[in-house]
Amino acid sequence: MSDFDFSVITANWHFLAEGLRYTLQVTVTAMIGGIIIGTLLALMRLSSNKPLQWFAAGYVNFFRSVPLVQVILAVYLILPLLLQFLTGKMIPIGAENSAYFTFTIFEAAYYSEIMRSGIQSVPRGQIGAGYALGFTYGQTMRLVVLPQAFRNMLPVLLTQTIVLFQDVSLVYAIGATDFFGAADKITQRDLRPVEMYTTVAVVYFIICFALSRLVKRLQARIAIIR
Amino acid sequence: MNYHWDWQFFFQEADDGLKYYEWVISGLGWTTAVSLASLAVALLLGSVLGVMRTTPKRWLVAVGDTYVDLFRNIPLIVQLFLWFFVVPELVPDKIGIWMKQDLPYIVTAVVGLGLYTAARIAEQVKSGINALPRGQRFAGLALGFTEWQTYRYVRLPMAYRIVLPALTSESMNIFKNSAVTYAVGILELYFQYKQIIEKTSQVLEITIVVTLAYFMLAFVMNRMLAFVEKRTRVPGLISGTGGK
Repeated sequence: MSDFDFSVITANWHFLAEGLRYTLQVTVTAMIGGIIIGTLLALMRLSSNKPLQWFAAGYVNFFRSVPLVQVILAVYLILPLLLQFLTGKMIPIGAENSAYFTFTIFEAAYYSEIMRSGIQSVPRGQIGAGYALGFTYGQTMRLVVLPQAFRNMLPVLLTQTIVLFQDVSLVYAIGATDFFGAADKITQRDLRPVEMYTTVAVVYFIICFALSRLVKRLQARIAIIR
Repeated sequence: MNYHWDWQFFFQEADDGLKYYEWVISGLGWTTAVSLASLAVALLLGSVLGVMRTTPKRWLVAVGDTYVDLFRNIPLIVQLFLWFFVVPELVPDKIGIWMKQDLPYIVTAVVGLGLYTAARIAEQVKSGINALPRGQRFAGLALGFTEWQTYRYVRLPMAYRIVLPALTSESMNIFKNSAVTYAVGILELYFQYKQIIEKTSQVLEITIVVTLAYFMLAFVMNRMLAFVEKRTRVPGLISGTGGK
């Protein structure tokens, strides 16, 4: 422990920061995309149209029963095949870009379950009230139900985002350089696993711990007193 | 699509004399072993931590809370790397060398995955105990039970029943999370998946097979725990309805 060499960290700080930036970019992209697709899936699941219900249920159950690492690798390998089939051209995607897509579609399944329980937490009378005002289905959802569902579920959505932030480390499977990947690549070169992996763990801990404390406070603040 | 489908390759012989389908089966075996062993570690430790966090003793609560914060806020793959590459360097040399040379990988992986999952289980056990009315504990104490006896005979039997659905989903998660142990050299299902893709390039066939295998594991676990839930249900209570 006494020979913990901080210079390894300072010397490579730039590379690590680049990795962290990529991790954050994937997290934010997948959060926004995932919540949008997830909300659509939740609406499909709660609609009265059977095929839409089945599609949404199938989608969610599928992604919730396979390991994320497997999806990351499978999409990375299958997406180019699919694009080639659709466009007839070989389009190189790259590990970094395929991860944006994978995390968005994967997290959509998890966000959709959160949005579904959020929508279900809105009293039924609200929908009736929306229709009584002459709103269409779309307007009722957009102006009445979804804002409340979103507000009720905000802490859970953010907690899921913290999980997502940690899960981005699994792009290790396809060799993309996220925060952990950057540290791992430096370790392979400089052979300083203690410094590198400890740094990653500490930084992850500080960020996730701080965020989860903030979510807790937010939860207390926005709770609606009934 | 000019993809060449070939389901026959599963029966071809790989470099090591085994056939590819045997790789899949062996991976499935290791996945099951790692997951169940980790689940046992996680249930045991998670229960102890969960109980600690509900006791009146401040320091026990603090230890439990710290553990959960620590293990929930670091990604699993980073935790596994810490156990494999960092901890052996930090402990006294003799133990470090033993960890690196003699301790089987699988033990370290099981401990890593088990400790990670224990934090989640501790959270659930705690919320199960806290969901019980305070009167249950008081009633126990009034009967002359010690604090521990109120847990053993009054609170835990109910708390476990309350959190069984949550434990079910955690038990299904552990099969998925076990895939991450490939990164530290466990030859489980995902490892074999990756290896078969490298050797044969039959991405679609093996993806379908491995996906179905993970489905099956999750399904079997779900059914088994639904059975436990049904058998342990307390008549007359709302909790525990629904088999999920």
